[in-house]
Amino acid sequence: MGMVRAVVTAAMTTPETKRVERDDQQELVDTTLEELTPLYRQMLAIRRLEEACAKAYSQGKIGGFLHLIIGQEAVCVGAIAALEEKDYVVATYREHGHAYAKGVPARPILAELWGKKTGLVKGLGGSMHLFDKSKNFLGGYGIVGGHVPIGAGAAFASKYRGDGAVTLCFFGEGASTIGGFAEGIALAALWKLPIVFICENNQYSMGTPLYRSLAVEDVSMRALAHGMPRDRFDGDDVVKVKRRIAEAVERARTTGEPTLVEVITYRFRGHSMSDPGLYRTKEEVEEWRRRDPLGRSRQRLLDLGMSEDELGALEDDVRAEIEDAVKFADESPPADEYLPYVIKE
Amino acid sequence: MAVISYREALNQAMREEMDRDPNVFIMGEEVGYYNGAYKVTQGLLQRFSERRVVDAPIAEMGFAGIGVGAAMVGLRPIIEFMTFNFSLVAIDQIVNNAAKIYQMSAGQFTVPIVFRGPSGPAVQVASQHSQSFESYYAHVPGLKVVMPSTAYDAKGLLKTAIRDENPVVFMEGETLYNTTWDVPETDEHLIPLGVADVKREGTDVTLIAWSRMVWVCLDAAKELAKQGIEAEVVDPRTLRPLDIDTLASSVRKTGRCVIVEVGWPVAGFGAEIAYQLQRLCMDSLDAPIERVCSDDVPMPYAKNLEDEVQPQVKDVVAAVRRALYLD
Repeated sequence: MGMVRAVVTAAMTTPETKRVERDDQQELVDTTLEELTPLYRQMLAIRRLEEACAKAYSQGKIGGFLHLIIGQEAVCVGAIAALEEKDYVVATYREHGHAYAKGVPARPILAELWGKKTGLVKGLGGSMHLFDKSKNFLGGYGIVGGHVPIGAGAAFASKYRGDGAVTLCFFGEGASTIGGFAEGIALAALWKLPIVFICENNQYSMGTPLYRSLAVEDVSMRALAHGMPRDRFDGDDVVKVKRRIAEAVERARTTGEPTLVEVITYRFRGHSMSDPGLYRTKEEVEEWRRRDPLGRSRQRLLDLGMSEDELGALEDDVRAEIEDAVKFADESPPADEYLPYVIKE
Repeated sequence: MAVISYREALNQAMREEMDRDPNVFIMGEEVGYYNGAYKVTQGLLQRFSERRVVDAPIAEMGFAGIGVGAAMVGLRPIIEFMTFNFSLVAIDQIVNNAAKIYQMSAGQFTVPIVFRGPSGPAVQVASQHSQSFESYYAHVPGLKVVMPSTAYDAKGLLKTAIRDENPVVFMEGETLYNTTWDVPETDEHLIPLGVADVKREGTDVTLIAWSRMVWVCLDAAKELAKQGIEAEVVDPRTLRPLDIDTLASSVRKTGRCVIVEVGWPVAGFGAEIAYQLQRLCMDSLDAPIERVCSDDVPMPYAKNLEDEVQPQVKDVVAAVRRALYLD
């Protein structure tokens, strides 16, 4: 594993590259208990939800592919916190956290993964295809990059109608090499569509590190060819993510201009449950675990004056929420229909 | 009624539906200022402005996907492919997204979108521009596939397709744009999807064909009439949904059937029709169902070879004579 390089700070750069400094060397972003508490709660709920999924997968309750977002929670939570309810979110197959952050409750998410009738999409989609129209959550998609034009399409509709909504489109850095991404961002830039493209750069497209995927590892540089604003930063601090995405959302809402944002993050687990992650060194994973966005936000809450008792109560509340969702999924009846949704009569 | 061209019929259908519903818009290469590569969108930019007639760069996957996303949140896009040969670079959007989102979302999101453009071989444009992909799209649950043969059908079916809640793949005959037909002068000329049309009545054999092959079959029927054989020509008009009942009724009446398609023979849609008909009409069939297709090769450029590859009147006549055990 000698070819695995250190993280993005040492990546191949060009004079134009936006360097990402190690976040623990940067100043803290100002925040308050009122702002950070719900963000921490969401991140923790997503972590507990993903852990419940991992357990259920090992018990055979979840089948197929299961991609966990553990380690990356600050990106979806921070970014979606910058939105209004009317705004749209489009995501990948690693989207349980995005759905939850957009307001989808844990119960129908887990029931969906369990393949139950009470699932968010009635057991027809599973882990990779969560959709919730009532939350403007436009779905989880399984073909890498294929959903990027869909995000641009939702933004096109917002511009067409003048409804003032903004779309967030999430994808991994692995998507930046495929045509759907290239065409989606090109058209959004050309037509000035109100969308923020968020590259969740977890540094591995499945088992292949960035430096073996991209000649220039700065994904945000793809914006330059289209005259599109870009941003690039470390995604461990949920408040920083929220602030920086809010700038791009504001730009989209007021000027209609899209932005390509690259957020550096890390998944603690393999690409999917079948991946033991042998392409990464133990030291590298440990280094990132030390920077765990949850641990960092928890410490920040303590620094801001929250007591251990209050934190414990919050954490108990989250545990109860996820336990309830697991119980709900366990006890729900199996999925029982698949024909009525092929063609709308 | 007025005699208009297939091209004008399509143009009227879009103009009327855009007048009727502000959520309908057109997007594609050269659809606006150029007035369409085949002039099907002639004059629409002037009438509806750049907002609703959107010239797209050469990025089929991108603009097909933008159509899907826009349809999910309430618009009704018409996505024009300059030809369906270019739809292959967008097929992920059509198959993986447009066709599946209604089902993947358990009915929460519909995708009311029309993918339209010319399809089938034209004249001497060689292998990459002379293809018939209806069998590809008809294979996919969640799509509707429409293949009009006349101006009358083109207008009525396109208007219905635009109003449909599902993704519709609307394949126009590239060599049919200048053909003419009587078309009702009403803006409510709607033909339901999934209803076949008997283009010529006959008693001795059923010819099943769609798009340009309907015209070949009508010419073949004239030729056959001279030989004392009365062919019935049935045009399914939509391959998905397929009006198998009308096809089967005709076959039960004639006892013989020839299916003519311009696509390749292997796994062509005619094979599916033949399978369904033998299930439904076994007791009425007096001969095996015949198929006439293009030869199993990429299209050559030279005119004589191009003609040789595609089904011609003489090929249909020969197949009918086989079905009647005359040769």
